[in-house]
Amino acid sequence: MKVLVPIKRVIDYNVKARVKADNSDVDLANVKMAMNPFCEIAIEEAIRLKEAGTATEVIAVTIGAKAAQEQLRTALALGADKAIHIETDEKLESLHIAKLLAKLVEQEAPELVILGKQSIDSDNNQTGQMLAALTKRSQGTFASKVDINGNTVSVTREVDGGLQTVALKLPAIVTTDLRLNEPRYASLPNIMKAKRKPLDVIAADSLGVDLTPRVELIKVEEPAKRSGGIIVEDVAQLVEKLKTEAKVI
Amino acid sequence: MKTLVIAEHDNGALKPETSKTINAASKLGFDIDVLIAGTKLGAMSEKAACIEGVTNVLTSDNTLYEHQLAENMAELVLSIADDYTHIVASATTTGKNFMPRVAALLDVAQISEIIEVVDSETFKRPIYAGNAIATVKSLDNKKVITVRASSFDLQNEQSPANISALEAANDVQLSDFVSVEQTESERPELTAAEVVISGGRGMQNGENFALLNGIADKLGAAIGASRAAVDAGFVPNDMQVGQTGKIVAPNLYIAVGISGAIQHLAGMKDSKVIVAINKDPDAPIFQVADYGLVADLFDVLPQLENAL
Repeated sequence: MKVLVPIKRVIDYNVKARVKADNSDVDLANVKMAMNPFCEIAIEEAIRLKEAGTATEVIAVTIGAKAAQEQLRTALALGADKAIHIETDEKLESLHIAKLLAKLVEQEAPELVILGKQSIDSDNNQTGQMLAALTKRSQGTFASKVDINGNTVSVTREVDGGLQTVALKLPAIVTTDLRLNEPRYASLPNIMKAKRKPLDVIAADSLGVDLTPRVELIKVEEPAKRSGGIIVEDVAQLVEKLKTEAKVI
Repeated sequence: MKTLVIAEHDNGALKPETSKTINAASKLGFDIDVLIAGTKLGAMSEKAACIEGVTNVLTSDNTLYEHQLAENMAELVLSIADDYTHIVASATTTGKNFMPRVAALLDVAQISEIIEVVDSETFKRPIYAGNAIATVKSLDNKKVITVRASSFDLQNEQSPANISALEAANDVQLSDFVSVEQTESERPELTAAEVVISGGRGMQNGENFALLNGIADKLGAAIGASRAAVDAGFVPNDMQVGQTGKIVAPNLYIAVGISGAIQHLAGMKDSKVIVAINKDPDAPIFQVADYGLVADLFDVLPQLENAL
């Protein structure tokens, strides 16, 4: 089966985002960027399906500015067979991304699409579900286990209160949770090989999707700062403070 | 202008998130209908009808919705969506699962995890793991919104509103429920607890989490964990507090052996009082803690239990 893996270039997860002085957005100039951690897990899962002989082809796709090709090369170095870059300089919303991906799903007809459950910048947790809706496919979100048996895929989902297992009809959309797998590192020879793998570029506005903004970003602020606390000497003082000063116990 | 709130429940009891989400919805300023879909709805619908601001409770008592699978839930919401300008659910794993599907079927954007209602089309929501707060305005005719329940209070009560049953259900036959593995606990639910005590990598193993039990019992606290503790297999993942786990805002949060990585802080930094117990005085957790104790947790936890 063919597996499509959409990935996103985001701020590196170790970097603390800084708000611009004019409160227009988060400042991403000269900030280290990387593949979204949940997307790495999605790629890893697809590669494992290929190694197990279940997947025949793994296609990585990203939507964004030219610089995002760096993350596509990473995906190729990890083992994806080919990459597609849907190029745009616009800042797109989840619904737009889902619609563009739906066009690609129509063209490529993958039986499985694996996405990260959320990107660590916008924290929306929407794209996979929206793609499933637009393509009328089943969805297995927040997956910590994926098993393909014939025409169905069994997905164990991380839900509040525990784990839920569902059986999805293929073709399906799966979104990854952190515990699905541990992504591998790309080796130097594979990084070199990845440079020769195919990377197609498609202009986003050639796909006939209405990309008019649906949400206006009015401002971005720093969250309220917590006032600095105190260091207590011992347990007795801690309990005393919690009882008399903070009055929480 | 009318708002639909989809109730969060476990086929028997409404979850506190439902009341908090109705509180958020009440700030929109319109009549509120509540949809409860699942089984054993009797007591739950009566309870929902008594939440202040609720005009109608719509019930769909059908095993089709027992596990709230996204494919069928989205169809159900879609079937009544015409009557509403705002469709709201709590940002639990259930709400996060079916709401974007509803939004896409309606061809509108979703505003995820709002923490404040500015007006009926403008909302505040955290981005970048809570390191920035975005104010966003929805330009769509219909707003599909999920609510971070921990940012809103429980809603008051009222005399009961109408309850009516919805007819016809549509099975889209895309997915089937197979099984559920619930983590059993006598303690309060993590997201609703007044006090939370969490352990991190510093706990060293799963057995040592038992050191938190006595303290949790005395404080009526829920026990949480950092991602490091979950990934190391000390405790199950539904105990995880953080950007990728649960978001909590209790009165008191006690972080034990947790360094305070960005992703963990995203899940607890709105707690009223934060206590950190860590032997590393440079751990980032001390920068957000109201009270810090630099000590070995294995010395301190038994002392704390005795002192309470």
